Amino acid sequence: MAEKKKTYIEDIERTLYDIRNEDHSLYKSKSGLTEEVVLDISKRKHDPQWMTDFRLKSLAIYNQMALPTWGPDISSLNMDEIVTYVQPDAKMAGSWKDVPTDIKDTFDRLGIPDAEQKSLSGVGAQYDSEVVYHSLQQNMADQGVIYTDMETAIREHEDIVKEYFMTLIPPKDHKFAALHGAVWSGGSFVYVPENVHVDIPLQSYFRLNAAGAGQFEHTLIIVEPGASLHFIEGCSAPKYNVTNLHAGAVELFVKEGARLRYSTIENWSRNMMNLNTKRALVEKDGIMEWVSGSFGSHVSCLYPCTILHGEHARCEFTGVTFAAKGQDLDTGASVIHAAPHTSANINTRTISKDGGKATYRSAVKVTKNAPYAQCSVNCESLMLDNASRSDTLPTMDVEGDEANIGHEAKIGRISDEAIFYLTSRGIEEKEARAMIVRGFVEPIAKELPLEYAVEMNNLVNIELEGTMG
Amino acid sequence: MSDKLLEIKDLHAGVEDKEILKGLSLSIGKGEVHVILGPNGSGKSTLMNVIMGHPKYEVTGGSLDFEGESIKELPTFERARRGLFLSFQTPEEIPGITLGTMIRTSMQAVSGKKVKLLPFRKELKARLEELKMKPEYAERYLNVGFSGGEKKRAEILQLLMLNPKLALLDETDSGLDVDAVQIVSEGVAKFHNDENSCIIITHNTRILEKLKVDRVHVLMNGKIVEEGGPELVDEINRRGFTHILDAQEQK
Repeated sequence: MAEKKKTYIEDIERTLYDIRNEDHSLYKSKSGLTEEVVLDISKRKHDPQWMTDFRLKSLAIYNQMALPTWGPDISSLNMDEIVTYVQPDAKMAGSWKDVPTDIKDTFDRLGIPDAEQKSLSGVGAQYDSEVVYHSLQQNMADQGVIYTDMETAIREHEDIVKEYFMTLIPPKDHKFAALHGAVWSGGSFVYVPENVHVDIPLQSYFRLNAAGAGQFEHTLIIVEPGASLHFIEGCSAPKYNVTNLHAGAVELFVKEGARLRYSTIENWSRNMMNLNTKRALVEKDGIMEWVSGSFGSHVSCLYPCTILHGEHARCEFTGVTFAAKGQDLDTGASVIHAAPHTSANINTRTISKDGGKATYRSAVKVTKNAPYAQCSVNCESLMLDNASRSDTLPTMDVEGDEANIGHEAKIGRISDEAIFYLTSRGIEEKEARAMIVRGFVEPIAKELPLEYAVEMNNLVNIELEGTMG
Repeated sequence: MSDKLLEIKDLHAGVEDKEILKGLSLSIGKGEVHVILGPNGSGKSTLMNVIMGHPKYEVTGGSLDFEGESIKELPTFERARRGLFLSFQTPEEIPGITLGTMIRTSMQAVSGKKVKLLPFRKELKARLEELKMKPEYAERYLNVGFSGGEKKRAEILQLLMLNPKLALLDETDSGLDVDAVQIVSEGVAKFHNDENSCIIITHNTRILEKLKVDRVHVLMNGKIVEEGGPELVDEINRRGFTHILDAQEQK
C-alpha cells in the first residue's frame, strides 16, 4: 500500500552567502606559520612592543603544543597552507560611503547597514583580517561606551586592553588559542562603564572572503559593575574548495551585578574549520547569557565557557546546532562554578540530517569553593534520517557541597504517531514534519534576535518526495 | 446522493502479517450515533485508525466509502479535510506547538480558508469555557504536561472547533473522573446534530447518557458479531461479552 515516504529538511539557502568577491586584498601574509610571518603581521599592524612579544611567545607555545586528541577529525587542516593575514584594500571607516564598493555591497547583501539603521546602536564589520567599518550611536559614546576595532583599542585604550587581553584565554590553553595569540587580527572591543545600560544591541559581523585564509579576530568585552549590554555576532563566508580556518577568541568580563547577553549566529561555508574559543568571567551577582546558533562550517568545535567567579553569579546557555551533509558539528558549553550559590542553566537542541553529525559536548565543574551550586542541563537531539548521527557527551565534576545538579538528555526522531496525529487534523505530512521541527527548536528560536529567528525558521522548509498511501 | 455517511464492507486490515480486522462491515447515516463495544484486543482502535488512514495499518480487502466515495486510498490529511475526525485514546504530546496554534492551523487546513485571528480567539475562548478549561491552555504546548483528563478535553475542544462530519471517539471517556466524563459527554452532545455523526468506542455508559444512541455494534475478533439498539449496551453491561461468544459458538 503505502509507498515508502521520504522527507528531508532543506539545507539553509546559501546563495546569498556564497557570493564571493574578487580578492582585491592589499597584502597577504605568506601561507604557513613562521616567526617571520608573525613579525611581519605585527609590523604591519603597528603593534606596541608588548604585543609583538606576546605574539612571539604565543608562536613558541603553538609550536610546542600537540593537537587536541579528542573531538572531530581536523587532520585535513594543514597550517602550512593557511594564509593567516589578509589585509583588505580598505581603511577603517566610520561611514559606509567610505567603505570600498565591493566590500560595502557584500555587507549590504547581508543586510548589515539596514539592520544598523533599524535595530542596532552600533555596528562593526570585519572583512578578512581587518575591521573595515565601525560605528556607535552618539548617545552611547556620550555615556562613555567604547565600541571599536581591537587595533584602535590598543592605540587609544592600551591600558585596558593590556590588563585583559588573553588573560581569560591564555595562549597555553590549547593549540588554537596559541595560534590565535600569534596571528590575531581585527575583532571588536567593547567597554561599558559602570551602571550604563546599552538598551539596543551592538553587532559585529565577520566576513571571510579570501580563499585558503584564516580569520583570527579577537573580541574583548568588559561590562563594568551594574552595567548591561546585548552583543550580537554574525559570521559567514563564501564557499571555496580549499580549507579556511576560523580561530577567533572571545573574552567577556561581566563585573559585579552586570549583565551581558552574547548572541551568535554562525553560518560559515562548508569548507570552514571553525575552532573558536569563547569564555566569560562572571563576578558577584553578574548574569551571563549566551545564545548560540551553529549552522555552517565543515567542522566546528565550539564550547563557550562561563566561569562563575563571584557569589550568586548566574549563566544561561541557549544553543541550537544544525548539521547537514558533510558537516561534523561538535558544540556545547562548559560552566565552572567557582563561588557559592552560583547557578547555570544549559539548554540546547541539535538537529542532524542527510548524513550530518551533531555532537553535544558539555562540561560542568563545581569546585570545592562553590557550595550550593545549581546547574541544570537539558540537551535534546533530533535525527531526521538514518544516515545522520547525534551524540551527547556531558561530563560533570562536582566537588562543592550541597550542589543541585540536573541533567536531561534526549535523542530522538520524529515519531510516526506525532505525524499521524497532525495529519489526522488535516495538515499535510510535510507541513506536519516542519511543525514538529519548528516546535523542537522553538525554545531556542524565541531567544534569537528576530531576523535570525526568521532565518532559522527558513531552515525548516521541507520537501516531500513520494506520497503517503 | 446517499444519506449514508460512512459505509464499510467486508474490511480486512492488519499490521505486517497479522490480520486484525477480518471482514468487518458497518454503515452509518448522517446524524447518527453509533457505539462500538468489544473486549480488549478485539480490533476497536485498529478500526478507528484504519478509518482515519494510519500508515501503519495495511488494508488488504473490502471497501471504505465516505459520502459515497472510496477513501481507502486517500492520505490521512485528505480524509480529515473530507470531514473525518479522530479523538485519540492517547493523544500525542508535541512540544513547541501551542494548542491554539495547532487548532488554527488545522481549521485552515481543513477549510482551505484563512481563519481570522480575532474571531478565532473569541470562539476558542468560548469553547474553552464550555469545557471548563482555563484560557492558558491555548498557549500551552500541545498536550505537554497535560493530565489524562486535560488531554481528552483538548481533543473535544478540537472536535468542537473543527466541527467535522463524523467524529471517531476512541475511549474518550477512559481514565476520567465522573465530572470530567460529564464535561466530555456534554461536549460530544454539543457537537452532535442532524448532520454530524459519531462513532463512540467506550467501556462505560456514562458518556452515552446525554446522547441518543442509534445503533450498537459488538466487535469481537475483528468482526461485528452482534448489533442492536441502545438496549444492547445495558445487556452487555449486565452480562459481559462471554454470553455473546457463547451464542456465536452455538450458531
